[in-house]
Amino acid sequence: MTTAQRPERSVPKPQFTDAEAGAQEFPDSGASARRYNYYKPAKRKQTHYEDVTVDVQPDPRHYLAQGWIYGFADGSRGYPLTWTKLKAWGVDKPEPENGVGTGNNHVEEWPAHGWHEFRDPNEEWEMTFYRYNANVVRQTTQNVENARQAKAFDNWTANWKTFVERNVGAWMHIEHILGLYVFAAINRSCPTNMHNTAMVVNSMHKIRFAQDLALYNLTLSEEIEGFDGTAHLDAWNNDAEWQGIRKVVEALTAVDDDWGEMAFATNVVFEPLLGELFRSNLVQQAAAGNGDFVTPTVIGAGEYDYSQRDLRWTQACFGPLTQDKEFAAYNKELMQGWLSKWVPRCLEAARAMQPLWSQPDAKPPRFEDALDRAKSRFAGIVTELGLEPPKELSQ
Amino acid sequence: MSRQSLAKAHQKIQELSWEPQYHEPYMKYGTDYTFRKAAKKDPLKQVLRSYFPMQEEKDHRVYGASDGAIRGNMFRQVQERWLEWQKLFLSIIPLPEVSAARSMPMLFHVVPNPELHNGQAIQMIDEVRHSTIQQNLKRLYMNNYIDPAGFNNSLRNFHSDYCGTIGRQFAEGFITGDAITAASIYLTIVAETAFTNTLFVAMPAEAAANGDYLLPTVFHSVQSDESRHISNGYATLLMALSDEDNRQLLERDLRYAWWNNHRVVDAAIGTFIEYGTKDRRKDRESYAEMWRRWIYDDYYRSYLVPLEKYGLVIPHDLIEESWKQIWEKGYVHEVAQFFCTGWLANYWRMDGMTDTDFEWFEYKYPGWYDKYGAWWENYNRLATPNGHNPIVFEDVDYVYPARCWTCMVPCLVREDMVMADIDGVTRTYCHEVCRWTDVEAFRPTYQGRETPNMGRLVGHREWETLYHGWNWADVVTDMGFVRDDGKTMTAQPHLDLNPKKMWTLDHLRRCPPLQSPNVLINGLDAAGKAAFQADYNRQGPAGRPAPASA
Repeated sequence: MTTAQRPERSVPKPQFTDAEAGAQEFPDSGASARRYNYYKPAKRKQTHYEDVTVDVQPDPRHYLAQGWIYGFADGSRGYPLTWTKLKAWGVDKPEPENGVGTGNNHVEEWPAHGWHEFRDPNEEWEMTFYRYNANVVRQTTQNVENARQAKAFDNWTANWKTFVERNVGAWMHIEHILGLYVFAAINRSCPTNMHNTAMVVNSMHKIRFAQDLALYNLTLSEEIEGFDGTAHLDAWNNDAEWQGIRKVVEALTAVDDDWGEMAFATNVVFEPLLGELFRSNLVQQAAAGNGDFVTPTVIGAGEYDYSQRDLRWTQACFGPLTQDKEFAAYNKELMQGWLSKWVPRCLEAARAMQPLWSQPDAKPPRFEDALDRAKSRFAGIVTELGLEPPKELSQ
Repeated sequence: MSRQSLAKAHQKIQELSWEPQYHEPYMKYGTDYTFRKAAKKDPLKQVLRSYFPMQEEKDHRVYGASDGAIRGNMFRQVQERWLEWQKLFLSIIPLPEVSAARSMPMLFHVVPNPELHNGQAIQMIDEVRHSTIQQNLKRLYMNNYIDPAGFNNSLRNFHSDYCGTIGRQFAEGFITGDAITAASIYLTIVAETAFTNTLFVAMPAEAAANGDYLLPTVFHSVQSDESRHISNGYATLLMALSDEDNRQLLERDLRYAWWNNHRVVDAAIGTFIEYGTKDRRKDRESYAEMWRRWIYDDYYRSYLVPLEKYGLVIPHDLIEESWKQIWEKGYVHEVAQFFCTGWLANYWRMDGMTDTDFEWFEYKYPGWYDKYGAWWENYNRLATPNGHNPIVFEDVDYVYPARCWTCMVPCLVREDMVMADIDGVTRTYCHEVCRWTDVEAFRPTYQGRETPNMGRLVGHREWETLYHGWNWADVVTDMGFVRDDGKTMTAQPHLDLNPKKMWTLDHLRRCPPLQSPNVLINGLDAAGKAAFQADYNRQGPAGRPAPASA
């Protein structure tokens, strides 16, 4: 009796190659060669975050021998350092002029300018931002689902339903616009890979938070009888309380060719004076008294994004510029000018929002107290950056 | 997860679409295209509530496989021939990825459809994922593969050498110039829709055949995002097509983008797949066969041709010409031969071809041995230092090529080389389409039409210019392609890691100086230039000198 032979399949054959680390000794086989050696870490040890972000994008001062190879019609190339008025030490030094027989001509002392010193203290890269945001959406979904199952929305006071419908709903637009048209927009303009990664992460926080609010709004319109899921559009488009802040938000997207001013005005001025004013000093304070334990968990996730993460990179980005070894005075003057420009706009918008404090049945702490807290928080942030709270703050 | 259906959730988030009431966003990036506001839907239909957990799960699989590869001693069966070429590929690819992230907001500014911006924002996040996950893969190779040199200094190398510069078109081309030309046509319509098939599907399959299952793990995960990006490009293209005035620009940009992708991607990926593999089963697909399947059938016939009915002018002639370059004119073989001719200017080890390889090439590309066989035999003969110089200096019937000003790959199909004088400088081009790209397309007017937003081709586009007259030991030192003993070169024309078999700076010191073809050509008078071109066009195949005139 014979056994039918199965024809041999055509598949690649594994081979023993012994190509693993340590299999032989030769120049560069040692452990010291197993690290990215083209950049200087910020601290003693290279971090995983640095390994996956630093120097991915080139700089003509570093090793970019042939220079940028595409230009815009106006002659600008790459990520021009002039796309913000801020300056980091070294930026005024000319790029190496390469030509026939010059070689690479790269700058020996690296970094050649201060922008390359920036590291995101949150050390964000793909692994971290997916884990973080996946956790947030899971927790938010569970919180809302738990409330739905517990019929928690039945406990809301009548006016609170309207407040959430119109005002918490209106906030989604602000997060969306800042996410897409401020932070995503400036991710093209900023000078290093560490900057634009931080901008993208800030952007995704905001877009996610906007969507969290929109989907929360959808749940409420499914769960609460009479809850108008489109009322947020009317509030955003027409309510006087929202038009001042809308002007500021739209103005942030319209800053004239300066990614630095856009990010600074948003995270240093707008967020504490208007963002936290509404989120932490109104919604979070009023919700419990009106029978709502859910909305604060949704809002709280966005608040954490800003206060624990986005503000941290902002401080690490702008703080050193006020201590810059070459341009500290220049940067301080510029940023003080930005504070004087944006603080009055934000305060005017804040005052226009004051009627919101009267809308819930159970009243939150007074608007003036909330605004004082926001101003105090803002002053702390500004001082930490090495700047002076502007005189306009006392308006 | 949410009880709400994805469709319902997606519909809800459309309420976020913003119509400015008080201030219009600053329009930093321009385009010569015009768009009417059109009700195109967001094709991605992605909501972050489901997107983030989905991506996290994909990550878990990638990082789980990475752990498994190390625990399972994958590097004991990885082919060095293969992994050496990854030193080039993985130094190039993270920049194009993150440049794609940077390019998305350029579209926000010029495509007046807030619904599409949602998909573009998701793509932006994806692209940061790709860049950092690829940097991480390279880090893993560096830590676990026998020879970390070339991985450990990859970004310095990438920015310094001419292969990196060629690859950089696949980054700067996404983010510079006319926003639609760059971020939509060049990036999403051509690069992502057509050529990521060979980059992220065909190449990982070859990696697996060479014992490396981490590249497929990472890149198939990446490709699952790319397939979503394709629909972003399609939606923008349909919007552009709805305006008659855009058709001339679309025709221009498709020609440029197609040809440039062919020149750059086919050069690199074709070489990796054909010359970086040890899998020589006769029934495994050649790069030409893969190209025919993935690019000609899947992209050209199934995606591009149906768009003709919407008024898109398809560059049929260039698609056929690209195929002719690969199949009849040996484009990939010429590129691989050039890479290996110039091994000393790079930073990875390039293995020679063996009899088994010869047999496979002859089977897949009949006539290959007559053209290229003798040169590869010389390559092997000259691989280890033995009193001779590297192959580029030896008499092996090979003329060092001039470089194409546009795509920066050298002019390897010699008969196609053309020249033009621009701003008093003579430039060489690998093909008429590359001349057209520089001389006609990337200009402020196109066929009499003002194109003020079109980009420019700039920079020191011939690498050899920078080192004209230099000793090769100094060139390699300047670029930093030296190992930690201070003298052994990172690159080698073989895989033997015995230090006695490795080339050092001392070997290079005795070689003739580097000569820039472009500098030399510009030193000729008009008659000399014409004679140079006439001779050049008679050279080849395989870089052979022109036959002596009768």
